[in-house]
Amino acid sequence: MNAPFEGIGASVRRKEDLRFISGRGNYTDDINRPNQTYAVFRRSDRPHAKIISIDTSAAKAAPGVVAVYTAEDLAAIGGLPCGWQIHSKDGSPMAEPKHPVLAEGKVRHVGDPIAVVIAETKQQARDAAELINIDLQDLPSTATVTDALKPGAAQIHDNAPGNVCYDWHIGDKDAVDAAFAKAAKVVKLDLENNRLVPNAMEPRVALGDYDRHTGDYTLFTTSQNPHVIRLLMGAFVLQLPEHKLRVVAPDVGGGFGSKIYHYAEEATVTWAAGRLGRPVKWTADRTESFMSDAHGRDHVSTAEMALDAQGNFLALRVNTLANMGAYLSTFAPAVPTYLYATLLAGTYKTPVIYAEVKAVFTNTVPVDAYRGAGRPEATFLLERLVDTICHDTGADPIAIRLQNFIPKDAFPYQTPVALQYDSGDYFTTMEVALKNADYAGFPARKAAAAAKGKLRGIGISTYLEACGIAPSAVVGSLGARAGLYEVANIRVHPTGSVSVFTGTHSHGQGHETTLAQLVTSQLGVPFSQVEIVHGDTNRIPFGMGTYGSRSLAVGGTAMVKAMDKIIAKGKKIAAHLLEASVDDIEFADGTFKVAGTDRAKTLGEIALTAYVPHNYPITEIEPGLDETAFYDPANFTFPGGCHVCEVEIDPETGVTSIVNFTAVDDVGRVVNPMIVEGQVQGGVAQGIGQALLEHAVYDSNGQLLSGSFMDYTMPRADNLSNISVATENTMCTHNPLGVKGCGEVGAIGSPPAVINAVVNALKQYGVRHMNMPASPEKIWGIINAGRKAAE
Amino acid sequence: MYDFGYTKPSSLADAVAALAGDDEAKALAGGQTLIPVLKQRLNKPSKVVDLSKLGLSGITVTGDSVTIGAMTNHATVAASADVKRAIPALAALAGGIGDIQVRNRGTIGGSLANNDPSACYPSAVLALGATITTNKRSIAADDYFQGMFTTALEAGEVITSVSFPIPAKAAYIKFKNPASRYAMVGVFVATGPKGVRVAVTGAGQGGVFRHTAAEAALSKSWSPAAIDGVSISPDNMNSDIHASAPYRAHLVGVITKRAVTAAG
Repeated sequence: MNAPFEGIGASVRRKEDLRFISGRGNYTDDINRPNQTYAVFRRSDRPHAKIISIDTSAAKAAPGVVAVYTAEDLAAIGGLPCGWQIHSKDGSPMAEPKHPVLAEGKVRHVGDPIAVVIAETKQQARDAAELINIDLQDLPSTATVTDALKPGAAQIHDNAPGNVCYDWHIGDKDAVDAAFAKAAKVVKLDLENNRLVPNAMEPRVALGDYDRHTGDYTLFTTSQNPHVIRLLMGAFVLQLPEHKLRVVAPDVGGGFGSKIYHYAEEATVTWAAGRLGRPVKWTADRTESFMSDAHGRDHVSTAEMALDAQGNFLALRVNTLANMGAYLSTFAPAVPTYLYATLLAGTYKTPVIYAEVKAVFTNTVPVDAYRGAGRPEATFLLERLVDTICHDTGADPIAIRLQNFIPKDAFPYQTPVALQYDSGDYFTTMEVALKNADYAGFPARKAAAAAKGKLRGIGISTYLEACGIAPSAVVGSLGARAGLYEVANIRVHPTGSVSVFTGTHSHGQGHETTLAQLVTSQLGVPFSQVEIVHGDTNRIPFGMGTYGSRSLAVGGTAMVKAMDKIIAKGKKIAAHLLEASVDDIEFADGTFKVAGTDRAKTLGEIALTAYVPHNYPITEIEPGLDETAFYDPANFTFPGGCHVCEVEIDPETGVTSIVNFTAVDDVGRVVNPMIVEGQVQGGVAQGIGQALLEHAVYDSNGQLLSGSFMDYTMPRADNLSNISVATENTMCTHNPLGVKGCGEVGAIGSPPAVINAVVNALKQYGVRHMNMPASPEKIWGIINAGRKAAE
Repeated sequence: MYDFGYTKPSSLADAVAALAGDDEAKALAGGQTLIPVLKQRLNKPSKVVDLSKLGLSGITVTGDSVTIGAMTNHATVAASADVKRAIPALAALAGGIGDIQVRNRGTIGGSLANNDPSACYPSAVLALGATITTNKRSIAADDYFQGMFTTALEAGEVITSVSFPIPAKAAYIKFKNPASRYAMVGVFVATGPKGVRVAVTGAGQGGVFRHTAAEAALSKSWSPAAIDGVSISPDNMNSDIHASAPYRAHLVGVITKRAVTAAG
């Protein structure tokens, strides 16, 4: 009987799911250390206020309290670092105000931590936190970018005049101006990208531990990148060298970007554990998550396209205001610049593009990368603009896209905004998506819906995104204060089983399955004999973690490079054992063979020989079969595709139902089709959430109105339709697997498809654009206004 | 939550005694509002008096009424063959409250004692002209609801059961708040021994209310079309990030019409 195929291309069931769905996962909050204490943060309930005084005496005297700390106690440690520096148009570095671990002098957003209480029980810590007497003097505050830029607006940081973090640009302004000057038609669109709260299922947790005998610190934390946290917190905040600080990110229940960043609570519990000589645990409750996890999106933009008389795109001009929140989160400055404006070519051959981006401080929770990070904002802008061109000029949405797509034979394609796409075929993904969505049959379905009194609309979006951000030299020149390579250590054990130590981190993606499939394909080791280890700085050589759909393209390639070293070494051992020349040894399906003969040794035999080197070329090579590779990619990868959404609107209530959703994506080589389908479905669900439901609403003073699930609308199963997922792949040309990435495509491609469909459904009411979320009230308002006008 | 005392009396008299004379004591029915409020430290009761051992659960159906014990949970009402036969709209309403966990804990008595302005049950009680029985007296629905989170219940008064006259026709339609899934506008319509009655929950600033203009129109002609000319002022409607007062007022009309259609 043949073993089932479990290599690249097989829909192997996720091996991690048994422990997740049976309650056997090991999440940070499941970890408890002897003599543990509990931390509770006292946070600001004001958006902007001067701290007049803090009296902790009653809290310190409360039962069970071990310590109460404020910024004064943390004077010796640093602020939370920002990992990316942007320079403004004039060459000046961005304003980078200190992000204190606990508020110093002022509070700048609702949720800003002011003090921490550490007690024997969480209940005691909570009780005592209420006893801290804080005298705050309210200051004027501002929640939106437009308000924050007004003359006389509340000044949030002394060293960020006018609340501007940076005023950046990209592209050729003169060439764009010239193209606009001779354009036959200019279409302009003002639009907003709504602020979102990530809401991972598992809230953030941090547990600091300290061994007073060795001086070693351990932080258990809900992180997507434990080595990055070790570096940021160790080097910049607590001044701890790497060998004295271990960071463990065990099972993590979702991140979507929000668990990339180094947060105040991690530094506080680690520092306090050392100070107290006892473990300190903090677990966020959901209310805290809403006001302390980095939010996503929140752009206000103007987009203009210059067209010739035939509908060719001549030039694109974009102006964007990006909300940074009250402080710079770890990678926040990169999101509206190098992850957004560089994507503004999209799938189109627009010859010249100029984008200006102003990043603005407000009295809101910091904003950083959230699933897609900049690329959903760019795609929403472009794909809404293209449909608005159709609205204004009468062009057909399919034809105008076909006319302006980057031709199939134009790859590698250099865009006017820095990126060079290595591969892609936007014609095929759109053709297949239209077929899978039965686009041609839409008029009949619209008529049938109309007969029932419903408004039916169809919308498409095409997108291009960039994953696996790299190479390090380039990102360094653009302001990254980190490298963006990945690391893999492949350990072939004496009996031939394999442990992989990867610097990527799985928080739901299924790496333990997908990455094992790579080993099965490359080394011929059975799937069941492969273990994937991640999330512990003491076990993994190094790593940059998981975000930006980089794990397979960067981390997977690092594994391939390490496996290449295993194979190269194995060939030397095999050559010795088989008394052949190394050049004559071939490796396939787990067997080293002398070419053209039946003389062979299995990988297991080679491994055993490597660890029991009795008959071994010991003068030429070392014993053991354990190799590490660091891989720094030559370029980003560029997934793309087409999403088609069909909606039905109830004109009486304004409620939109998704009736069909079709995604056809180009994600490069697919390792596990089932996991790709799940990733795309999850991303589309989040994209539909952004388009129809989700909105972090602040009032004009900076109070978060949607601060709980009672008011923040998460997408639920009954908000979605079946989601048809297919791939039409072109291979990445610069990594050996040809992989691109699939983690974010759903969240990037879907929001404009949904809004284009909603706008299409409301065509008879003359709607040109609608910002997200397309709530029932917004839609009813349009229909009602149209009805009144008709009366 | 804060620390609090807890008692689970086994007689109504003991429960009333535990609640009487202690303004800080709170009665616990299914806990679907009280427990989250306690967890968020928004309430600090001296003691919680658990009503679950008072024998107040159960459903009795006679020829002309359905009587539901105050501690009967929503899932039980929803699944009751007797309720489904006598007042299917009431069983359907119970089956649409919250989620399955809420329905297995939440009770009719708890819902009515709390009188959340977005709760479902108050609309059924008001539209069907039900009678609320307490340890002290019987209260007509029209006298019971006195504004959001406010009722005719006095200190130390405990609901024991609710009795619904069986209508000729009735239906409840809920337009859910997209986030919380509570009623943003919920309308219960009924025609029967108590006449034509229309009760609206979720929409009004004062909690559940009777839509008298719709009642008048439907009394003349029990048909969806009768609602067409009926409007309601947005002046007393709730307004929040999900729905403005004018939108809620509009939805009251749409949902009332749909409820009449559903009632047949």
